[in-house]
Amino acid sequence: MAEKLVSINTNMNTITNPLFLQLIVGILIGIGAGYLGSFMILKRMSLVGDVISHVALPGIAIALIFKINPFLGAFAALFLAILGIWFLEIKTELPSETLVGIFFALSLALGILITPEPELLEALFGDITKIGLTDVFITITMIAIIFFTMFRIYRGLTLSVVSKQLAQSMGINVSKISFLFLLLVAIIVSLGLKVTGIFLMGALVIVPAAAAKNVSISLANFTKLAALFGGISALGGILFASYLNLHPGPIVVLTSGIIFLITLLFKK
Amino acid sequence: MANQETILIVENLGVKFDNNEVLKGLNFFVQKGDVLAIVGPNGAGKSVLFRALLGLIPYSGKIQWTPGLKISYAPQKFNIDKDLPLSVEEFLKFKQKKREEIINALKAVGITDEHHIEHHILKQRLGWLSGGQLQRILIAWSILDNPDVLLFDEPTAGIDVGGEETIYNLLKKLKDKRGFTILLISHDLNIVYKYANNVICINKEMICYGEPNSVLDPASLAKLYGGEAGFYKHEHEHDH
Repeated sequence: MAEKLVSINTNMNTITNPLFLQLIVGILIGIGAGYLGSFMILKRMSLVGDVISHVALPGIAIALIFKINPFLGAFAALFLAILGIWFLEIKTELPSETLVGIFFALSLALGILITPEPELLEALFGDITKIGLTDVFITITMIAIIFFTMFRIYRGLTLSVVSKQLAQSMGINVSKISFLFLLLVAIIVSLGLKVTGIFLMGALVIVPAAAAKNVSISLANFTKLAALFGGISALGGILFASYLNLHPGPIVVLTSGIIFLITLLFKK
Repeated sequence: MANQETILIVENLGVKFDNNEVLKGLNFFVQKGDVLAIVGPNGAGKSVLFRALLGLIPYSGKIQWTPGLKISYAPQKFNIDKDLPLSVEEFLKFKQKKREEIINALKAVGITDEHHIEHHILKQRLGWLSGGQLQRILIAWSILDNPDVLLFDEPTAGIDVGGEETIYNLLKKLKDKRGFTILLISHDLNIVYKYANNVICINKEMICYGEPNSVLDPASLAKLYGGEAGFYKHEHEHDH
């Protein structure tokens, strides 16, 4: 790999080195996914990332048909999905698992039907090797939005997990915060589709955070470690995949799995 | 009846959820320094009453607090699991108070050793505290911003009777020292007799209201709990 890197570096500027771009995008998404994942675990919605990522497929398909950026298509579809989840959450306060499960399986089926065949594999399993400067720009902007918003809402979000009534009594708008959080989840899942694809995005959100939870006592450690583990998973996964000439998505997820196994040894 | 010390007047209070009357026709008032207990069977609307008093849900009738009162609330529902990664310090800091104030609040609830606070309490995971410690932390949380009124929704749920008495002694001590008013929901009539100077019994509507010793008579208890009352007292006779 060193030889490969050197030869690329001599030929072109580092900034446009494909591996370098992949690492920037991958690591940023890993950090964002790990961080948001920690709050998803707190909110007991570990599987939401897994489930809503399926909705992205019809969105990607429609974007491909109309030749717009697939990120936008995925995000639009996910936005509709989180509206649905949020509505169920505030309206019923009950887990609407069955309904959500059915709806999301159906959108996956629909998505598989209407996605043009050449792009289907990429949508399902991701392909970070096909990214350009636009993707880098979108990723940096979106990750900045995610962290800025989380900085504003993490207190209310955590309090509402500890006790919804308590948060409300302190003047925190619980349903607004819940909606903003779901919106961020939709953003990170849309971004992450490039890295891991639809089938594995749920793992990138949850596994690093679950690993961080094993070794953290405080919220600060938990969320920071989740972000760090997400970043390391992306870094390790993309480098290994490039070295072994394998598909990056699964290797990223497997790397996070290895981190999870290691943290089990140090479980608090 | 109401004099200048009255801090809360409730008149003809009603709450409806989707056309179901959860509470109706409640009338009572609270004076500064009162300990008012709210008793009633499960589903009687006790927690709903608190949420209405806090202005968190729509209601009909009148709820009039003296303006400018600081009200602190300890809800019944806490999701503090053993594996929740949240330290005591982080939880208390959500109140956005200085560390010094946090330590003072912990001292006020009987955790006095500063070394112990620094090394064993603040850095501890909230979910790893014993039931009694957790209640102390919740009380510390409630008094952190020097409230005038404390609303406690069964702050002792899940605590053994010995520990429960200590917590109420602590609350009583804090009340006497800081002069706040307490509204508390309790299942335990012994606690009500011992600590409350006023009691409201509700089961969707008001069944009794007044001093515990005079209004908690067998007739209103039977009306309030039905068959449950006999069992309830019986259970506690064994406990002591």
